[in-house]
Amino acid sequence: MSDESVKKTMGVALGVCLVCSILVSGSAVLLNDIQKENRKEEKLRNILISGDLYTKGSNITEIFKRNIQPEIIELQAGRPITEADYGDVFNIESFDINVIAKNPKTSRVLPVNQDIAQIRRVPEVMIIYKVKENIQITKLILPVYGNGLWDMMYGFIALDRDLTTIKGFTFYEHGETPGLGGEVDNPRWKKLWVGKQAYDIEGKVKISVIKGVVDPSSPVAKYQVDGLSGSTLTTRSVHNLVRFWLGDQGYGPYIERLREQGIDS
Amino acid sequence: MKQYKQILTTPIFKENPIAYQILGICSALAVTSKLETSIVMSLAVIFVLAFSNLSVSLIRNHIPSSIRILVEMTIIASLVIIADQLIKAFAYDISKQLTVYVGLIITNCIIMGRAEAFALKNPPFESFIDGIGNGLGYSVILLIVGFFRELLGSGKLLGMSVLPLKTEGGWYVPNGLFLLSPSAFFLIGLTIWAIRTWKPEQVEETS
Repeated sequence: MSDESVKKTMGVALGVCLVCSILVSGSAVLLNDIQKENRKEEKLRNILISGDLYTKGSNITEIFKRNIQPEIIELQAGRPITEADYGDVFNIESFDINVIAKNPKTSRVLPVNQDIAQIRRVPEVMIIYKVKENIQITKLILPVYGNGLWDMMYGFIALDRDLTTIKGFTFYEHGETPGLGGEVDNPRWKKLWVGKQAYDIEGKVKISVIKGVVDPSSPVAKYQVDGLSGSTLTTRSVHNLVRFWLGDQGYGPYIERLREQGIDS
Repeated sequence: MKQYKQILTTPIFKENPIAYQILGICSALAVTSKLETSIVMSLAVIFVLAFSNLSVSLIRNHIPSSIRILVEMTIIASLVIIADQLIKAFAYDISKQLTVYVGLIITNCIIMGRAEAFALKNPPFESFIDGIGNGLGYSVILLIVGFFRELLGSGKLLGMSVLPLKTEGGWYVPNGLFLLSPSAFFLIGLTIWAIRTWKPEQVEETS
């Protein structure tokens, strides 16, 4: 071992840190663009997965262009924004939930008692995706998000033409514990959502994630999804965020309007 | 030349870090439910191990012993972040499956162990080879475990159907246990047994 003077120790420590920090930040900066592109594609892929349009190896952008019709809507008014009003802020290409939700002009603070998804601010506008198959609109894909156990969870929920049957559910970004809460990614669990009813006959949000396994003979079974074992908190977050976004603060007014005027309007 | 070859091959079977030294088991349990994740994890560990050994060895005569471990950890942590960034950029799908376990390479005892036991005392090139050798030793076990877990757990290899599943019209009923972490314990145990039967000198003496 070498000499142990304070000066030398400090010097080596500083030197090592400097070199390491350059390498780390260098790699982060250099690879950032590729990673961003990956995340973007992952999001598109998940839109397709939730709409049951994705098969492995297919061209994502192509299917997206062919089958998906994005639309920006005003949440409270429940109606789409006309394309004439699209601008820098509202733009289908660059629509970013996080930017919209942070901007005081495009979002508002949620009162604590209504903030079940724990997102603090709710956007005034949101982007939604209509799935078009053979000219007809077959599904509605709605972005949902909320606070999970560790981090924000972002996903999509797909509703059928009837505006209540769930057709797909998926998360594209979350930080839940792998193997426990992270099982929200598990295809088997995601499949449990398909066919469940989001709203009751009166149009109130009825879907819930319960603790344990749904009793198939129960009259409310079609409104219930099995919770994930070992991840009570994640399960509760998913329950809350789905109910929040399908409810009055979220897409409720928009769906209400579609029910009255028809999904093709 | 012969000496380098020996440094490279000794850790693969003779002194395998997992099977002989029983180090780095945790990640071997977590990421081996599929062969694909095992391969990527193996590559990441080989990369980190080779370069951490190389870097530590390069500055081994200048590292003050009072901050020796800190310096090693800084180097290892930086390399792991770089490996993680690379996987996120070029194998995004797999990075989603590996999640935190790439980051946890930092805590893999094999890497710290080799830096302490080998790189601090040996020249850079030997250390680099030693890193690759130990990384390969780790990989061999990971691949064995990943191979059997994917084959028996989901009837597939690298995502391709090998044993046609009953649910898809075939005959194989997958054994779900192999998708769970404990199965890796059994497989590692069996592998250690096999290696020690083959090389009885590895068997520890019982007192």
